[in-house]
Amino acid sequence: MGCCCEEKEQSSQNNLIDLKLIKGILQEYKSQAGSLVTVLQKAQDVYGYLPLPALRYIAEELGVKAAKVYGVATFYTQFRLTPVGKYVILLCQGTACHVNGSERIETALCQELKIKPGETTADGLFTLTNVACLGCCSLAPVMMINGQAHGPLTPDKAVKIIKDLYVQEEQADGEGA
Amino acid sequence: MKIRIGAGSCGIAAGALKAQEAVEAEIKNRGLNMEVQITGCIGMCHHEPLVDVIDDNGREFTYGHVTPEIVKTIFAEHIEGGSPVEKYLVATSDSPNEFLAGQTRVALRNCGLINPEEIDDYIKQDGYQALEKVVAKSTPEEVIAEIKASGLRGRGGAGFPTWFKWNAARQNPGTEKYVVCNADEGDPGAFMDRSVLEGDPHSVLEGMAIAGYAIGAGEGIIYARAEYPLAIRRVEMAIKQAQAKGLLGANLFGSDFSFNIRIKQGAGAFVCGEETALIASLEGERGMPRLKPPFPAQSGYWGKPTNINNVETLANVPWIIAAGGSAFAAMGTEKSKGTKVFALAGKIKRGGLVEVPMGLSLRDVIFKVGGGIKQDRQFKAVQMGGPSGGCIPTALLDTPVDYDSINQTGAIMGSGGMVVMDETTCMVDIARFFLDFTQKESCGKCVQCRIGTKRMLEILERICNGQGKENDLELLEEIAVKVKEGSLCGLGQSAPNPVLTTIRYFRDEYEAHIRDKKCPAKQCKALITYRIDAKKCKGCSLCARKCPVGCITGEKRQPYTINQDQCIKCGNCLEVCPAKFGAVTVE
Repeated sequence: MGCCCEEKEQSSQNNLIDLKLIKGILQEYKSQAGSLVTVLQKAQDVYGYLPLPALRYIAEELGVKAAKVYGVATFYTQFRLTPVGKYVILLCQGTACHVNGSERIETALCQELKIKPGETTADGLFTLTNVACLGCCSLAPVMMINGQAHGPLTPDKAVKIIKDLYVQEEQADGEGA
Repeated sequence: MKIRIGAGSCGIAAGALKAQEAVEAEIKNRGLNMEVQITGCIGMCHHEPLVDVIDDNGREFTYGHVTPEIVKTIFAEHIEGGSPVEKYLVATSDSPNEFLAGQTRVALRNCGLINPEEIDDYIKQDGYQALEKVVAKSTPEEVIAEIKASGLRGRGGAGFPTWFKWNAARQNPGTEKYVVCNADEGDPGAFMDRSVLEGDPHSVLEGMAIAGYAIGAGEGIIYARAEYPLAIRRVEMAIKQAQAKGLLGANLFGSDFSFNIRIKQGAGAFVCGEETALIASLEGERGMPRLKPPFPAQSGYWGKPTNINNVETLANVPWIIAAGGSAFAAMGTEKSKGTKVFALAGKIKRGGLVEVPMGLSLRDVIFKVGGGIKQDRQFKAVQMGGPSGGCIPTALLDTPVDYDSINQTGAIMGSGGMVVMDETTCMVDIARFFLDFTQKESCGKCVQCRIGTKRMLEILERICNGQGKENDLELLEEIAVKVKEGSLCGLGQSAPNPVLTTIRYFRDEYEAHIRDKKCPAKQCKALITYRIDAKKCKGCSLCARKCPVGCITGEKRQPYTINQDQCIKCGNCLEVCPAKFGAVTVE
């Protein structure tokens, strides 16, 4: 936060981030000790990710060091410091999915979306994230898109699900225009 | 007549909500007056989504893989026509299927049978009577004695006697104490805690309140994985309902015992399953473990005596109080009493959740209850205990499933995940998979864990890539000992287990990778080659059309060839080559 990328980050994000959106959350949790993780979760619900200006604001309001807020935000896998796509694909890499071929699903998705795990497509539609275990082991291999689980997958099925979503998006665009 | 639909998150993923919509539409269209009950998961994940029809005589008919079309058939032929649709039936109360018949359900006693969103359903099953009993009639010492008599050990992993932890928290002075329910089920391949929270949340709340009474705590916190949104929603609902009925809150059952529960969401860190890391996370810090002692029972959440139990452990508690510790102790083995829930997954025919008495053999659990291996392939190993556990080979299939016997194999009971592997699973790759996991999840506090797991992963990666060196196994074993000895918490202390057990039982597979540069299971991409047998290939072009990198070429009706330089070894060609040709081979 007090680092060399500060200027660049400020110019790109500060104008866009409305800190007022999380004012209520901070008011509610300010007096509760140990609420930092909860505050970050709620802030992420608001923005879809944790913008650096929001982290700095949270640090000021809670009266803790910015380094601590950043430390906690980067420790837990749930927190993201960059925006995500409209559809977040959680590809399960649990043991059951692994032995049932999740790697082949990953290869197929990466080829279809032309991104690597952890990245977002250029059109901002899809983010692909590997996760440890979704707990739907009997559906292995499985992926979850915006809360909806899909499985058991084959590379073809996974690609078809993505293609269907693209078609759905195009139709929605068509109707909107 | 009544309809029951299994809507745990696994059931919903398989299509339970679509089945529910179809059922409600049929009832409306046909002008019927029927009760539709939503339940958690009965554990038969391999048949989901499940719909039960319960007739007026109380007989139950369970239908599996139910689609909206099948719902229509069930209504036409069974509900209105009066004859069950045999071809979709997976169980009836007259002939329970093998999967359910082999079980004894204690922790899962209500899962799949009651509506988790209705507290009255739980109360009808004698819910909250155990809590009333202890508050009205027992001293905290008597409660602890009952749990001691049951022999209950922690179901989260280490298997520590539950009464001992309760007693330690009771003995420590202070008026402010906490009960924490560890619902941060992080082991990949284990989902019993999710199922209990989704299917029977009140049993956990009641267990926590009983623990609170025993140790003298007034507040309980459930630390739940954020990846389990449905479980969190149902627990929140259950807490509100219990509060509204006066079953949580001040002066329970007219006594001076007050107890309340709140939920706190984890944020995704495997290490937070460790008690001291969990407490740090509850306090809003990075989830990093600290040295013990002091144990949480002495100094836990905000420095107060804190008792931490896992979800399944707590779900057993009301049953033990109601039926008596001796009834629980009558099941199981000498040192591992009662029943245990296992999550069967991987290459198994009937995957799902099963609860069986401790001491049943691995063979019975996998082959009798689980139905054996998918496609009748050869069993190779079962992975128990997740990233802290190990792989148990065929020769040890008769090992009884109890804490001590499993420990002797080098694996651990853990939370009860059993991932079954067959001949197509590469054991070196599995070891690499788990080290990749622990290496990423290491919190970084202890040098041996942070760097040791990284170095072990690098060695395993190089073995999988065909660049293994002659002394790599010795080196792995040497680092493993250091990581075990030099780590503060269970994550590091047990991280080498998957590597050590696979070296112990599958040394020849490692040696094949290192010396012969071969992967016997044909999984490690760097060590396999796909070929097309020119004599068998009929030139149908299916493989060429499926190849994602276009490296298969040829003329129609002439044998095709694979350009090995471009092949990414995805295996699509092998998969699509018609079985009658069998022209694509891998070696």
